Amino acid sequence: MIDTFIINALIGGALVAAIAGPLGCFMVWRKMAYFGDTIAHSALMGVALGIAFDSENLIIMIATCSSVALMLLFLQRDKRFSSDTLLGILAHSSLSIGMIVISMMDHFRTDMMYYLVGDILAISTADIYTITVVVVLSAISLFFIWRPLLSLTVHEGLAQIEGVRVNLIKIVYMLLIASLVAVALKVIGVLLITALMIIPAAAARTVSNTPLQMIIFASICGILSVVGGIFSSSQWDVPTGPAIVLSATVLFLCGRFLLRAKS
Amino acid sequence: MSNTSGQLLRLENVFKKYKKNIVLDNISFSVNRGETVTLIGPNGAGKSTLMEIALGILDVSSGVVHRAKKISIGYMPQKVMIDEVLPLSVSDFLYLRPNTNYDDVAAALKVVNLSHLAGQPVQSASGGEMQRILLARALIGQPDLLVLDEPVQGIDIMGQQEIYGLIAKTRDETGCGVLMISHDLHLVMASTSKVLCLNRHICCSGSPEFVKNDPEYQAMMGRPMEGIAIYNHQHDEGHDHKHHSHSASESDNRHD
Repeated sequence: MIDTFIINALIGGALVAAIAGPLGCFMVWRKMAYFGDTIAHSALMGVALGIAFDSENLIIMIATCSSVALMLLFLQRDKRFSSDTLLGILAHSSLSIGMIVISMMDHFRTDMMYYLVGDILAISTADIYTITVVVVLSAISLFFIWRPLLSLTVHEGLAQIEGVRVNLIKIVYMLLIASLVAVALKVIGVLLITALMIIPAAAARTVSNTPLQMIIFASICGILSVVGGIFSSSQWDVPTGPAIVLSATVLFLCGRFLLRAKS
Repeated sequence: MSNTSGQLLRLENVFKKYKKNIVLDNISFSVNRGETVTLIGPNGAGKSTLMEIALGILDVSSGVVHRAKKISIGYMPQKVMIDEVLPLSVSDFLYLRPNTNYDDVAAALKVVNLSHLAGQPVQSASGGEMQRILLARALIGQPDLLVLDEPVQGIDIMGQQEIYGLIAKTRDETGCGVLMISHDLHLVMASTSKVLCLNRHICCSGSPEFVKNDPEYQAMMGRPMEGIAIYNHQHDEGHDHKHHSHSASESDNRHD
């Protein structure tokens, strides 16, 4: 008999991983791994603002992450600064705002570690409902923007001339990342969410011949990592978030070395 | 404006300014069905800006752009590099063009004689093959107007002839119009009907022969080319330091 909290952790983690992989593929393809990090940092600002309003509110989290993402799109119009630099500015500024807001609330003492690495074993059934709604909506949105998003990932200028509404599609994609980060915060935390997007995507690359295969394998790798992480954490009593990340890393290394040797 | 029925694109007195900088100064020209118009000019002449305006993705500061109603445009960008991290076959790359099915893709690949590459990773294509793949993507859906941005950049002579041949063949078979950017008149001489020599304003325009002998063109692009030696010499005197040091080391004749 497996405990309920383990089952909740498995379901919640698998749901998050299922959508983190595909979204992460686009991050890998577009070489913007740092973008995930930035949104994750801004999630901490979302947490702080939520606490300031006395509620741990998903809407506030998504709104905060989204506004940072949109801010990036706006700042990118000035071609003098690379995305790399802008992401650095946004990540650390939002992190600092979050920490200052939290420090101003004397009545509130919380363990920041919880938000940094998450606590997947504390997922409640209510959390699972929230995660399910966000993940299903994200999957549907991704289905609809799949082809134009892939096209602008390959060549933005060509996509624009062929009639793809580049800015709209980019905004939708960034909102998807923002929503994912907001719900994934409890599962895996600020520091590790990018890992759950990037590593399964990279692991999937070695076994994929088409973009569609790669997002499916990325989903599967992500889910396997969550399962592997939760079991190894209960087996050896190690923190769950890092165990999930390392499970993904093992999958990546297996694919990289075992399958490469074959081909 | 005698042939308005076959006219695909017409620009009238187009100006483009960035802040106080005039990038395009009173540009007027048209592209008709069955003709190739080539824009030629040095770096920074505003060729790409003008092309973006013609494509409708950039607004003009003043002037008018007429595009014939309901024409479809095929666009071929300059060199495209696709990262290895994206597993993408040649067919899948072509399929990314909106409103395309795999039959269109196969037909377009056949036109450019690359059917055998259909299932290969797009990254494995050579430079010349990649340009033909890009041409194939532009040809999907039988466009009325083909817009080509330096279609043979970095391609060897054989490959260049092949691509220009394909463009001319498509134009003659489908009756589409072609608007092409090039930085070198000599490469496009044989395959173009009209040349616009651009350096923010239109210096001169007409048949390739006419433009070649125009003093303003010669002043802008350098003296007429009679041999590679003179061409190199031009670079030696220019401000292009990369080329300078390159040719200096090759010819061993330093100026400094």
